[in-house]
Amino acid sequence: MDFNIYDFTSFTTWVHNALTSSMSPGWAMFVELAIVGVVFIAFYAVIGLYLVYAERKVCALIQNRKGPNRVGPFGLLQTIADLFKLLMKELIYIKNADKFLFNLAPFIVIIASFMAIAALPFAKGLHAIDLNIGIFYLFAVSSLGVIGILLAGWSSNSKYSLIGAIRSGAQVVSYELSVGLALLSIVIFSGSMQLSTIVESQANGWWIIKGHIPAIISFLIFLVASTAETNRGPFDLAEAESELTAGFHTEYSGIKFAFFFLAEYMNMFIVAAIAATVFLGGWMPFHIPGLDGMNHVMDYIPPFVWFMGKTAFIIFIMMWFKWTFPRLRIDQLLKLEWKYLLPLNLMNIVLIAFIVLMGWYIK
Amino acid sequence: MNIFKYFGEVFGAIRSLWAGMRVTGYYSIRPGKVVTQKYPENRKKLIIAERFKGEVIMTHDANNQHSCNGCGICEMNCPNGSIEIISNKITNAEGKSERVIDKHIYHLSMCTFCSLCIKTCPSNSITWGHDFEHAVFDRNKLTKVLNQPGSSIRKEIKEVKETKEA
Amino acid sequence: MEEIFQDIIIKKSDDYIINMGPQHPSTHGVLRFELCLLGETVKYIIPHCGYIHRGIEKMCEKNTYQQIIHLTDRFDYLSAHMNNEAVCLAVENALEVEVPERVKYIRTILAELNRIASHQLWWCAFGMDLGALTTFFYGLRDREPILDIFEESFGSRLLHSFNCPGGLMHDVHPNFQKKIKDFIKYFRKILPEYDQLLTGNIIFQQRSIGMGILSKEDAISYGVTGPSGRGSGFKCDVRKHHPYSAYSKVDFKEILYTEGDTFARYKARIDEMWESLNILEQLVDNMPAGDYTVKMKPIIKLPAGDYFQRVETARGELGCYIVSDGNKNPLRVKFRTPNFSNLFIINKLASGNKIADLVAISGSLDLVIPDIDR
Ligand code: SF4
Ligand code: SF4
Repeated sequence: MDFNIYDFTSFTTWVHNALTSSMSPGWAMFVELAIVGVVFIAFYAVIGLYLVYAERKVCALIQNRKGPNRVGPFGLLQTIADLFKLLMKELIYIKNADKFLFNLAPFIVIIASFMAIAALPFAKGLHAIDLNIGIFYLFAVSSLGVIGILLAGWSSNSKYSLIGAIRSGAQVVSYELSVGLALLSIVIFSGSMQLSTIVESQANGWWIIKGHIPAIISFLIFLVASTAETNRGPFDLAEAESELTAGFHTEYSGIKFAFFFLAEYMNMFIVAAIAATVFLGGWMPFHIPGLDGMNHVMDYIPPFVWFMGKTAFIIFIMMWFKWTFPRLRIDQLLKLEWKYLLPLNLMNIVLIAFIVLMGWYIK
Repeated sequence: MNIFKYFGEVFGAIRSLWAGMRVTGYYSIRPGKVVTQKYPENRKKLIIAERFKGEVIMTHDANNQHSCNGCGICEMNCPNGSIEIISNKITNAEGKSERVIDKHIYHLSMCTFCSLCIKTCPSNSITWGHDFEHAVFDRNKLTKVLNQPGSSIRKEIKEVKETKEA
Repeated sequence: MEEIFQDIIIKKSDDYIINMGPQHPSTHGVLRFELCLLGETVKYIIPHCGYIHRGIEKMCEKNTYQQIIHLTDRFDYLSAHMNNEAVCLAVENALEVEVPERVKYIRTILAELNRIASHQLWWCAFGMDLGALTTFFYGLRDREPILDIFEESFGSRLLHSFNCPGGLMHDVHPNFQKKIKDFIKYFRKILPEYDQLLTGNIIFQQRSIGMGILSKEDAISYGVTGPSGRGSGFKCDVRKHHPYSAYSKVDFKEILYTEGDTFARYKARIDEMWESLNILEQLVDNMPAGDYTVKMKPIIKLPAGDYFQRVETARGELGCYIVSDGNKNPLRVKFRTPNFSNLFIINKLASGNKIADLVAISGSLDLVIPDIDR
């Protein structure tokens, strides 16, 4: 076996060969699935919890505070302690709730976010599944979560939850369009929907640089629309705390509430990862053609670190949004999408098609 | 709709949003501007104003003596009835009957920190203490006896009073 | 007659009713709005108050005039000083006591400091209502120097029963003037940040301009005073039109906006902070030396009769009406608190708008619930 942090392909092939040589292909497949599942659950828990921590630290810094600093060094264990607290909390029984749907909703939300990470390329050769319609698949699963939110709002039989859920429905349905169209622009540039191909196509420069103005426009649109799609501030209308107390998860408690909470952060990670992969070159190091010395230095940084670093950067921007802006009103939210983002996006796509046709981008 | 107006709106909006993000961004990279204090750890370094109203206390000197003669003026002036004075009549060495304080009871739980008792006390025997950590599990603990056990009244109190008047 | 009853709300049995409060993040206390919704739109609002009624007016009848002071702190706890001042001025006027110049200056300075502190807290909470959570911490951070000044001089930060009939409890701390000057310098630098963060923000402007328009006629007939009334062009600044304490000696302008919408009320408060800084600057250097109080009898008895004094608190006009029968306790005390009048305009302003607008509008009225219930 040769383990190489710059290229996981040989490692994964080795695991695959080792498994197939010792058992039947069916079992090997099953064991592989189980390994991937366990790895993702662990990854999910760690990322989810530490994103909560990161968010609290970032907002604390923005607000001139210290943030968590009691449990563990620099408060690093704070969110884990919170998780244990939530695990031990009572699951409050809602009398007139539709019990089946009420219990189902958090799982739908969390499963939708699980499905999305499957397609993300974390490093060279390190992805669970490399679909040839990767981007298309990501759209499809990332909008599944809204079903969970709608169910949660509907089944908890509370007026606040219902309003929150309906808002969320309207919001996700409309912003899905902008997210899709913004990603489409890069699909036009790279000519592929497969995430690994898109990443490979950025070996000589990220799309946001190669595609100059139109790529930057679609990057900005993607940022705004994906923030809205994940129900984060300033678009957190579904849980607008000053209006609806907690929106769709008002009635949830204990670990079910934690599921919603984790899923929210995980969705943020997913959209940030998509943005990093599509616009900022995924795990590709930063290269400037011609400067070989610097390119070599950049190559020393492992791809996984590049990927996480870019994702963290986008997450930071999204947190920065959340802690700066006031919340929009529902009609303004829809106006922003249909009157500004969508027309701009369509114009942008026409522009990109033209640019690609003429070859006016850095190849 | 005028297309220039449309793009003008978009750019105006982005500019205004950027102005806000500059402010928060400015603070987000300056940990030196953090104002939070680590409270229980920094107890020693806390700056407490000298006039801080923490609770009513009775000042005792080194000989465990105070200057309260049990006149009850503070009790009368308290709007909430937070002070109860229990005084005894004793016969002093000269054979005259004299009033001495037995218990100066102060209910912290009912006090609204209005300072009237302290302002009106003729012998300046009570004042504000700086203790502010009053949380207890049993509210009876908030009822305090201000004169320390075994304390007695300072003899020179009369002179003190006269100098104060003059 | 019809005009009076035009606001009466007719409830129907199939209305979609939501109770906002008594425990709700954006009612800032124990106030309950009974909302009838039509989707996102608010059909009508019935405010229910009384959850924090403490019977202060009745309690006043059992207390002496000195003891009343500390109860008035507890109406509008954010303008505690102005509330105290109303009673003190009423008693002093009744007894025809002339307080020393120094007392007048200090009272005015404190009132303005208190007004700034209150507006800062309003700014934080208003930002929060609109979902901008960071404003909350910036406002509180900038309020801290004021509270420190209060703590140093009177020992408490919020409810400082520092006034007494005849003057002040004791003199201010020697650092008083220096600290205020520092604060003015600091806050003049910080205030533009408020504008960048919220006032100029496109989302904020979209949410506030043209929302909840209060006409001048309504403001007058409902008695909406303070910055909320002045945002509709109602000239109601008691400091200007019926000067008390040292207000006649300072030069300041009454902030007036005529739009009457949420944004006008917002701007009126922000501008008032600037104006208060100006007032402070004029007063703090000219504080005359002298006594901090005049000698009063230990037991104050007002001559029989009734006395009225009004002051401008951070939220509007506070009236203190005392009826005395010559005893040491008042026969009846009535407080006309600004928030009580400001609250009941909410149905007119917010019905027909969205829920989010209701939150913004009630935030822009700057309600303090204990002041409503007393
Ligand atoms: S401070 Fe006021 S309430 Fe407290 S004990 Fe003294 S008089 Fe009573
Ligand atoms: S504390 Fe002062 S006012 Fe109270 S009983 Fe003693 S001497 Fe009198």
